Amino acid sequence: MGIGKTAFGAFPDRTLRSLAVEAGEKCLEDADVSASQIEAFYLGNFAGPGFVGQNHLAPFIASSLGITGIPCTRFENACASSGSAFFHAVSSVAAGLNDIVLVVGVEKMTSRSTPEVTEILSEAGDMGGEGRAGATFPALFAMIARRHMYQYGTTREHLAAVAVKNHANGAKNPLAHMRKVITMEQALAGKPISEPLTVFDCSLISDGAAAAIIVPFERASEFTDQPVRILGIAQTSDYVALDAKPDITTFWAVREAAEKAYKMAHVSARDIQFAEVHDCFTIAEIIATEDLGFIKKGEGGPYALEGRTAFRAERPINASGGLKSKGHPVGATGVGQICDVVMQIRGDAGDLQLDRHSLGLAQNLGGSGATAVVTVLGDI
Amino acid sequence: MSTVYTETVVHAPPAEFVADAPYQLAIVSLDGGTRLTVRILGARVKIGDKVELAETRDGIEFFRLAS
Repeated sequence: MGIGKTAFGAFPDRTLRSLAVEAGEKCLEDADVSASQIEAFYLGNFAGPGFVGQNHLAPFIASSLGITGIPCTRFENACASSGSAFFHAVSSVAAGLNDIVLVVGVEKMTSRSTPEVTEILSEAGDMGGEGRAGATFPALFAMIARRHMYQYGTTREHLAAVAVKNHANGAKNPLAHMRKVITMEQALAGKPISEPLTVFDCSLISDGAAAAIIVPFERASEFTDQPVRILGIAQTSDYVALDAKPDITTFWAVREAAEKAYKMAHVSARDIQFAEVHDCFTIAEIIATEDLGFIKKGEGGPYALEGRTAFRAERPINASGGLKSKGHPVGATGVGQICDVVMQIRGDAGDLQLDRHSLGLAQNLGGSGATAVVTVLGDI
Repeated sequence: MSTVYTETVVHAPPAEFVADAPYQLAIVSLDGGTRLTVRILGARVKIGDKVELAETRDGIEFFRLAS
């Protein structure tokens, strides 16, 4: 298995294609695989057509990497686009259809204005219902946060603790978009985006790409002496519209994906040593820690505030800085998380290296929870 | 009578609604239990408040605190 990532950030001089190609080339080099050996290509991208006016993206990117003559397909599942591409790539290898597959996730967002980006992102919701009423993605997660506060007593301080922790981690990540430590006071005093969420509760609008190569485990030694094994993976779904979900304080798709992935991996939540979770908003990390089974329902807020998810804690969450600090080029995020977990397991995470790093998890979320992908990775 | 299930005040709107911001958005539970995402007119509402349909404009339902 190989990985490759660009820096995440605002890169006015870079095109979507050049970002995807950089990640893909780094990945081929990491796996010591040539373009001609790739048997299938999976691309995760949310809104290339809307952001940069380019469609037919999978063969467009693959051919730019010198890859032709194989199945090339783009996956669009909102912010879980590349998590979904990764799931289907793994499925094809597991089914024996292909041996060497390349997955790339990419998004180029910063060429559009913030209101335009906000509008394109809102298309990941139900445009006939919540979208028509003026719901943005921050608004949907703000309404989730309000309800979580109402049902479980979650506070603004709990949300801010997630932002402070992820910025502290991301400040050490050379590929992060915002390498800036923030204080609790700053996080609490942020400009309101959608109440109760402030600018410090929201992930960043970023450009970036990430890539991974998957091979059958029995062939891994041909490519690397540090194979990382996909022990369990599941992708599940739920209603797109937030108002169609019976309880918006839980992402049912995440719970179901986690249950399936744990079962496949023969592990339970308490075995997971560290996790990269989908903190598109601070409340999403709090709910993820509950839905993944790390802490009881409703206790995700205190879990964060007490420092139990911090870098040197019992189970570090988002040691990379998360989407909050790394940035959230939506189509790149899922595979980016896989790269971060793989770096930890290999012991290649540099200043971000955790002490316990043999069993990790990545959780990628699409929209307000209509798609979830959970992957358990280990060194065995 | 409908009840506010959750709400937010949007300060960063999509391009289409820039002129409306800040505006309050809510998911309301209608009488029969169905939930609907609506805009709030007039006074701000909070979870549990009783609200009623004030008007429908451009395909958007506007609710307000029940009188």
